Amino acid sequence: MSGKRVHTGRYFMMGNVACAEGAIAAGCEFSAGYPITPATEIANHLAERLPPVGGAFFQMEDEISAIAAVIGASWAGKKAMTVTSGPGISLMSENIGFAVSVETPCVIVNVQRGAPSTGMPTIGIQGDMVQAKYGSHGDYEIIALCPSSPQEMFDHTITAFNYAETYRVPVFILSDAFVGHMREEVIIPEPEKIETVYRKIPEQGSDPYIIKGFLSEDVAPMPIFGRGFKANVTSSCHDEVGKRNLIDIPALDKYIRTLSNKILKHKEEITLVERDYEGAEIVLVSYGGVARAAAMAASKAREEGFPVGTLRLITVWPFPGEEIEKMAKKAKHVIVLENNLGQMYPYIKADAAHFAEVSFLPPRLVGEIQDPEDILSKIREVAK
Amino acid sequence: MSEIVHPLHRFIRPSVTHNSFCAGCGDGIIVQSILRAIDGLGMEMDDFVFVSGIGCAAWIPSPLFDADVLHTTHGRPIAFAFGVKMGLPDKKVMVVSGDGDLVAIGGNHLIQNARRNVEMVVICSNNGIYGMTGGQAAPTTPMGVKTTTTPYGTYENAFEDVSGLVIAAGASFVARWTTAHPKQLTNSIKKAIQKKGFAFIEVISQCPIQFGRKTGLGSAVGMMEDHKKRSITMKEAKNLSPEERRGKIVVGDLVDIEKPEVLQEVNKIKNKARGGVE
Repeated sequence: MSGKRVHTGRYFMMGNVACAEGAIAAGCEFSAGYPITPATEIANHLAERLPPVGGAFFQMEDEISAIAAVIGASWAGKKAMTVTSGPGISLMSENIGFAVSVETPCVIVNVQRGAPSTGMPTIGIQGDMVQAKYGSHGDYEIIALCPSSPQEMFDHTITAFNYAETYRVPVFILSDAFVGHMREEVIIPEPEKIETVYRKIPEQGSDPYIIKGFLSEDVAPMPIFGRGFKANVTSSCHDEVGKRNLIDIPALDKYIRTLSNKILKHKEEITLVERDYEGAEIVLVSYGGVARAAAMAASKAREEGFPVGTLRLITVWPFPGEEIEKMAKKAKHVIVLENNLGQMYPYIKADAAHFAEVSFLPPRLVGEIQDPEDILSKIREVAK
Repeated sequence: MSEIVHPLHRFIRPSVTHNSFCAGCGDGIIVQSILRAIDGLGMEMDDFVFVSGIGCAAWIPSPLFDADVLHTTHGRPIAFAFGVKMGLPDKKVMVVSGDGDLVAIGGNHLIQNARRNVEMVVICSNNGIYGMTGGQAAPTTPMGVKTTTTPYGTYENAFEDVSGLVIAAGASFVARWTTAHPKQLTNSIKKAIQKKGFAFIEVISQCPIQFGRKTGLGSAVGMMEDHKKRSITMKEAKNLSPEERRGKIVVGDLVDIEKPEVLQEVNKIKNKARGGVE
């Protein structure tokens, strides 16, 4: 195996493998996880690819320790990632809140599977969309990206690292068994064409007692360990220098608001969508693997003369409400497509319903992607 | 007239004006023992990263120590420390937490990292009770003791030998002392810091407020005297029957062995993966 970070070339590659390649291309040096279907190929590939480039994958005793180790490694200055599926995210939830609280850059890949509970491990559904945002306790913001192809498993993993490092926040890749196990063409560019970001850190030699390493809406420099910054890192309510405060409610208010505002303030830069609804009266809104069926249905509908467009959400959290509103203002009918019982639908509806009719179309069987013919029937129905 | 400053004060974070420990708590002795060990080895706080969990003892390094400190979630400090150590192999990583944190909610991380034999120091302040939350029974609370969640007395068997658990899991250094043995404890911490492997130190400590007062077992001094009286060496323990050993605290460096350490093994793997020799 070559010790190169970036394996430039054109491949027929599985989504999960492309994700691992993306992580290494982004500069990931540390990964910890626990075996779980349908995410195992990412862990397996990282275990093979990381050591020759000086990193390592560690198989932990559970997902709780996997995310804990990732957070620890991130504070040690490493770009770090964990890979899992829904049950693993459930176990990680407390420590994901910890990562948010102490502003730790890390990437969390969730290759979603049939749920709730043990569910159906090899079947992809989009069942953990809201969990990613609200799984841990308290008000907080994370970033979540939804790839819809193996190429995007590669590209979005790099974007996820860059967002994590820029905003000091956990960034989720919300894939599913369908996209994770899909094999398709993946193009890996030259290393110099891949943009990678590393977190801001305080200037070397800074007086450690005045470093403001936390709670800035403009993202504070991270006082990573081992550099003499004497970082005081606690997930209890704290101030800008990290000092714990367990009695002042204004301090709590600032702690809560700043963590959220840090992401919301930069929502425009974080939001990625794919718009194809110029002149459309009916717009299909979807994300992830389902967007492939939406694109096909839209193209067929246009052939039949229906004015149909699509809006694909790539960034699902922070929720791109402005994009929904902009689209709904131009549309008459919005059809939301998800491979679940309607997890993002209430959010989309809340921003679109003032301007357009909004409806939801689940797949006939949750666990299958919508048949483009079913989407076409729905389009004919709303076009009446 | 010049101000008198404690020689270990330079190890305390300047913004800290007081600690959170109750009068008579054993954690103060553990603080001193750790700092004396670091001082005695001629090391500085910047040589360390401290990691703690939740509970009274977790407040020993956080925010007290003037170093990089990661105060984590309940039960998980060893798992966080694993990531820190892998990212900063040249730093000493020390976990300081209590029996509830390390042995109850975090028990699996304790035994799995002892098994891995990852180089870190884990100091467990074992006071046999959940102090911070108000005196609830812990897995280390002796059977029959009345606590706030066991008003009729605990009805479960207790962990009587936490160190034994860690030895069985494969740690390369394990020592146990009580807070009545501060000098011996300091010496063992020195050895633990220098150990290339998982080093665990159990400190039998007194909680006069939530344990002593509620259980009627006495004051801080009374509890320390009791711990000291019940302490025996490994040599003394060998000559006792299991019956005679009951209630005794076996103190000393219980295990000090050499075995493969995970960081060194990972480095060999990296070399091998690069096409070099193991």
